[in-house]
Amino acid sequence: MSDFYIHTDNLTVGYSGVPLIRDISIGLNRGEILTIIGPNGAGKSTILKSITRQLAALNGTVFLDGSDMKTLSDRALSKKMSVVMTERIHPELMTCEDVVAMGRYPYTGRLGILSDHDREVVHASMEMVHALELRDCDFTQISDGQRQRVLLAKAICQEPQIIILDEPTSFLDIRHKLELLTLLKQMVREKRLAIVMSLHELDLAQKISDIVVCVHGDRIEKYGTPEEIFTSDYVEKLYGMTMGSYNTDFGCLEMEAPKGAPEVFVIGGGGSGIPVYRRLARQGIPFAAGVLHTNDIDYEVAKALAVQVVAEKAYTPIAEETFQRAAKIAQQCREVICCAKEFGEMNEKNRELALRFTATCG
Amino acid sequence: MEKRSHKRYELCFALLTALLLLLTFCNINSGSVHLSVPQVFQIIVQKTGEQTAYNIVWEIRLPRILAAIILGGALSVSGFLLQTFFNNPIAGPFVLGISSGAKLVVSLVMIFLLSRGYAAGSQILILAAFLGAMISMGFILLVSKKVKGMSMLVISGVMIGYICSAITDFVVTFADDSNIVNLHNWSLGSFSGMSWDNIRVMAVVIFVTLTITFFLSKPMGAYQLGEVYARSMGVNIRAFRVQLILLSSVLSACVTAFAGPISFVGIAVPHLIKSMFKTAKPILIIPACFLGGAVFCLFCDMIARTVFAPTELSISSVTAVFGAPVVIFALCTKAARRS
Repeated sequence: MSDFYIHTDNLTVGYSGVPLIRDISIGLNRGEILTIIGPNGAGKSTILKSITRQLAALNGTVFLDGSDMKTLSDRALSKKMSVVMTERIHPELMTCEDVVAMGRYPYTGRLGILSDHDREVVHASMEMVHALELRDCDFTQISDGQRQRVLLAKAICQEPQIIILDEPTSFLDIRHKLELLTLLKQMVREKRLAIVMSLHELDLAQKISDIVVCVHGDRIEKYGTPEEIFTSDYVEKLYGMTMGSYNTDFGCLEMEAPKGAPEVFVIGGGGSGIPVYRRLARQGIPFAAGVLHTNDIDYEVAKALAVQVVAEKAYTPIAEETFQRAAKIAQQCREVICCAKEFGEMNEKNRELALRFTATCG
Repeated sequence: MEKRSHKRYELCFALLTALLLLLTFCNINSGSVHLSVPQVFQIIVQKTGEQTAYNIVWEIRLPRILAAIILGGALSVSGFLLQTFFNNPIAGPFVLGISSGAKLVVSLVMIFLLSRGYAAGSQILILAAFLGAMISMGFILLVSKKVKGMSMLVISGVMIGYICSAITDFVVTFADDSNIVNLHNWSLGSFSGMSWDNIRVMAVVIFVTLTITFFLSKPMGAYQLGEVYARSMGVNIRAFRVQLILLSSVLSACVTAFAGPISFVGIAVPHLIKSMFKTAKPILIIPACFLGGAVFCLFCDMIARTVFAPTELSISSVTAVFGAPVVIFALCTKAARRS
């Protein structure tokens, strides 16, 4: 019915008979990354556990490579799919190499003794995630970033066609987050893997995923490409955000803006206003910003943080009427700050505004 | 690396085997009746010699040594299985109350049969012990579903052990029979009084169980990475857990049926062996634990027999003296590692 590598058909998942999320119908091809996003406790992990057969599905079917996953033997499944889960593990006296080598489990014989070929795969997997220097280290003694890399090597070592990762970037600092996701991208490309994972970082999800699945309430609320999913309004709704805002273009979160009548008027433009907006917001001083063109980088931040933004249409010189509006607001402020350094045809009026209200300018 | 660790494993196995031979030798030659080395040698190899000495060697010392080797080995493998199962370094048949459960049912069966004028055979004792072990195990499994954390589990096990021991004492106190003396000795733990018949039965039971256990070393290795990963690599977790429980229960039940409850071997030996081999790979640790348990019990039994000869100590008091510090040490290093 479909040529996806993995797809679910009206899958309902939940614990002990109680449905948590219903009617999940999603699909993914090899060479693609699918990311599940959604608020805490929405059931992202539950979906992943059901897809990996850790948890029995309450209803519906998961198809893997054309066959119903329920009909696959444990061994057959483990040769197609490997996992990296969030549970911290504390294996006793195991070196990182031992952990990675465990990925050969489906391929070794009765006693699990590694062949020369198995050893080569272990070596290659550790090389791929740049973890060769960790081979003799005790697995419990390495850092979180290293641990995720080793677990990823173990997952690759299993020679799967699909890897399922549950929040692989939690506990990692930004450097290791980027390293890990870059590795995933590389693996998807080089080995034509399919990857299904859950992520907390929306900005990263937006950048790495081919398909994004949003879990909200008891269903999949949205399912599509990042371009379809990531609009500020939708993200704020998905997470039920009541304070602050999320800027999808920059993938950044803004804190709740100070409220009240503006006390300071900031004349910005070309990025010069942003540090001042942030400082004022941090100190809880309500401010107004102007006059900003709608294509100015300052405009995006001012929209999130300023009480009032006086804006002008993009690529148009500031009109007299807009200038008057700005002047009126500035009049009522106890202070006017001019951060703009450059003036030209388009923002000539900002110089005028600055000269009228401040001693220093440009 | 591969080479270096292989060297270590070979060395450790060689050392354990050497210790086993040495202690066997010492045990044969020590005891309340002094026998010279050539005398013992003559008795064993040529099967000739003065009748009393011959009997001492063949009917008392050799069976006792074999019992210590087989049962000691079984006990420590059983401990290793339980530690893997509960992912808890201080799990063992004794602290989890499994030995005590076996002891309780064995006492009940013994007293019941004695009161009817029968002596219980080894097979019946093993069955009774297995039943008791499974009952305790059932309780522990129930508890382990409710409580998380290794100390809570062990505390529950100790409590179950106390309850079983209390009932055993109660039953023993009110059972009137001269054989109770025997029962009392047994319930403290001892390798003495083994017949060749006993040895044959325990050897068969334990050899078969250990062989099956050895073939479980592959899934056990995967299970050490946690249930989730083990399952994702194709281990049938439910079947595996049942097998592990049954095997460890058979092993500890068999030990209890013949030698009574013996403390700390199940925790101390696997810990020592793992630190010695610097690995926890079941394929190495299972045979190594068997050797280690045999060495440890031979050593403790020698001390139990000789230090206050002709008075004999109960084996558990000796194993506790040497085993308990190891357990405390294991706990400390574990705590340091996790923090």
